[in-house]
Amino acid sequence: MKTAEILKGPIFLPSLFAVLILLLPFLFSTYYVGLVIQIIIMAIFAMSLDVLVGHTGLPSMGHAAYFGVAAYTTGFLYLAGIKNFWLVIVLGMGLGGLAAAFFGLLAIRARGPYFMLITLALSQVLWGIAFKWRSITRGDDGLPGIGRPEIGMGIDLKPDLHFYYFTFVILLLVFAALFILINSPFGYTLRGIRESESRMKALGYHVWLYKYLGFVFAGAFAGVSGVLWVYYSGFVNPSDLGVDLSVKALLMLILGGSGSLFGPAIGSGIIVLLENLVSGITERWSLVLGIVYVAVIMLFSEGIFSIIKRGR
Amino acid sequence: MAFWIIQILNGLSFSMMLFLVAAGFTLIFGLMKIINIAHGSFYLLSAYIGLTVLRATENFLLATIASSIAVVVVGIAMQSLFLRRFYMKELQQVLLTFGFVLIIADICLWIWGGNPQALPKPSLFKGSIWIGSVVFPSYRLFVILVGVIVAVGLWIFQEKTKFGAIVRAGVDDEEMLRGSGINIQMVFVGVFGLGALLAGIGGIIGGPFVGVFPGVDITMLLLALVVVIIGGVGSLRGAFVGSLFVGLVDNFGKALFPELSLFTLFAPMAIVLAIRPTGIFGKIEE
Repeated sequence: MKTAEILKGPIFLPSLFAVLILLLPFLFSTYYVGLVIQIIIMAIFAMSLDVLVGHTGLPSMGHAAYFGVAAYTTGFLYLAGIKNFWLVIVLGMGLGGLAAAFFGLLAIRARGPYFMLITLALSQVLWGIAFKWRSITRGDDGLPGIGRPEIGMGIDLKPDLHFYYFTFVILLLVFAALFILINSPFGYTLRGIRESESRMKALGYHVWLYKYLGFVFAGAFAGVSGVLWVYYSGFVNPSDLGVDLSVKALLMLILGGSGSLFGPAIGSGIIVLLENLVSGITERWSLVLGIVYVAVIMLFSEGIFSIIKRGR
Repeated sequence: MAFWIIQILNGLSFSMMLFLVAAGFTLIFGLMKIINIAHGSFYLLSAYIGLTVLRATENFLLATIASSIAVVVVGIAMQSLFLRRFYMKELQQVLLTFGFVLIIADICLWIWGGNPQALPKPSLFKGSIWIGSVVFPSYRLFVILVGVIVAVGLWIFQEKTKFGAIVRAGVDDEEMLRGSGINIQMVFVGVFGLGALLAGIGGIIGGPFVGVFPGVDITMLLLALVVVIIGGVGSLRGAFVGSLFVGLVDNFGKALFPELSLFTLFAPMAIVLAIRPTGIFGKIEE
């Protein structure tokens, strides 16, 4: 095989990416290790949302709800003394999926902007409950002091470097799971629904059920990112359920391009880096980010690669 | 008995303030299908500008006029410079309006600081009045009055004026409206400005008893969402009924079980969605 062919092959870029991630801790300081952990976790979150937005055509605006439910689950379990990662991840995914199963019943019947409105409202009410129910959630003080979990096998996750490789392995697992899901008959059906709901109905597919299952899967995978996030950051607060996070993930999809597996990860990388960069420079980072959001939509609303494509 | 009268009046005044905010949201959504996340930001901006003008002039009317002009200008700029380019691209519109949430919230934090503040009441309504055996602040009654006047005004506007008829036609069939030679962009700008104005008046009216503080924008958005989902999105009547319901339930919820007040809103919203996904007065989707 010629070099040029290898460079263009489907394996090359992802492998290069993986090698970079493996080598990164040796090249950069621990600050960057933390950043990449954040990028990986947000990439998982954005990928789970993309199952809905990119593949099913369901623009959920309340996806943080399932991230947050899993985050609070993790926090409460840790404070109750349960530190086994494998147990917590199952419960986090389970409760994230359960919340999605409940909200899905209320939201899936609606379409387009109505669906967006309902998912936004449901997640915001959950945020409000976490904010106000101080005796349980401690309101906006959140639940502090969550440590790293135990995974057995003699591996200690307390150093960021170990946790870094651990999240990377989880990313690969999620990646593989979503790859299988998306390329299964189920995934093709979801995209069929995205393209034409009425045709899929005419073909005899139970459209509602497929959408509903997609919604629940997405919620469960969002739960993975919620669990990891709490173990990384060490605390839970209501903003883990809030509209900020839901919208941020949508922005990642718009930036990276939705409907592909790598798009969300690229979007996540851009947004997380940008956030950290801006908040390091100015106290008014929220203002700057707002301007960035507006600028991104005005300039790159078809994905950051759209300009390159247009140029070709 | 006194407890109930006071709580009902409190709830009603909160309802009427909510109606102003939710009516603006529902008008914008009904016509343009824009989910304006920055709707609560109009409340925030208006209340802060009102606060500054009130401190300088102690004139409530002047404060209302100044902040109304400000939010209408901001609203029109948002629609005509930004949102207009993304007509019917809901995702882009939502992200744009979220950008404005961040921008407006941070500018307000910059100028007015992070401490909760309350607008002074207009001097005419500083006192209390007796209702039977109950003392009640007259300002709250004033808020109820304003809410009812605005509701009647909006009803007359929508049902009896030509512009109202154009807006109703646009809600029903926007393409037909374009076809009949109406400059739809002007209608969009007008309705967006009106929606912003309503939320802005909500901020001025609510300022003395709800107050203004960082985060009130998202709180108002949340309440407006619950109102329009229960009442039916796009319907002014729905916004009115939904506001009455949410205002009263929220008030009693806060008084009786302060920590769980949002559960008392969540349950009715879930029930309405389960039985009638488009809300009580919403149109059934075809």
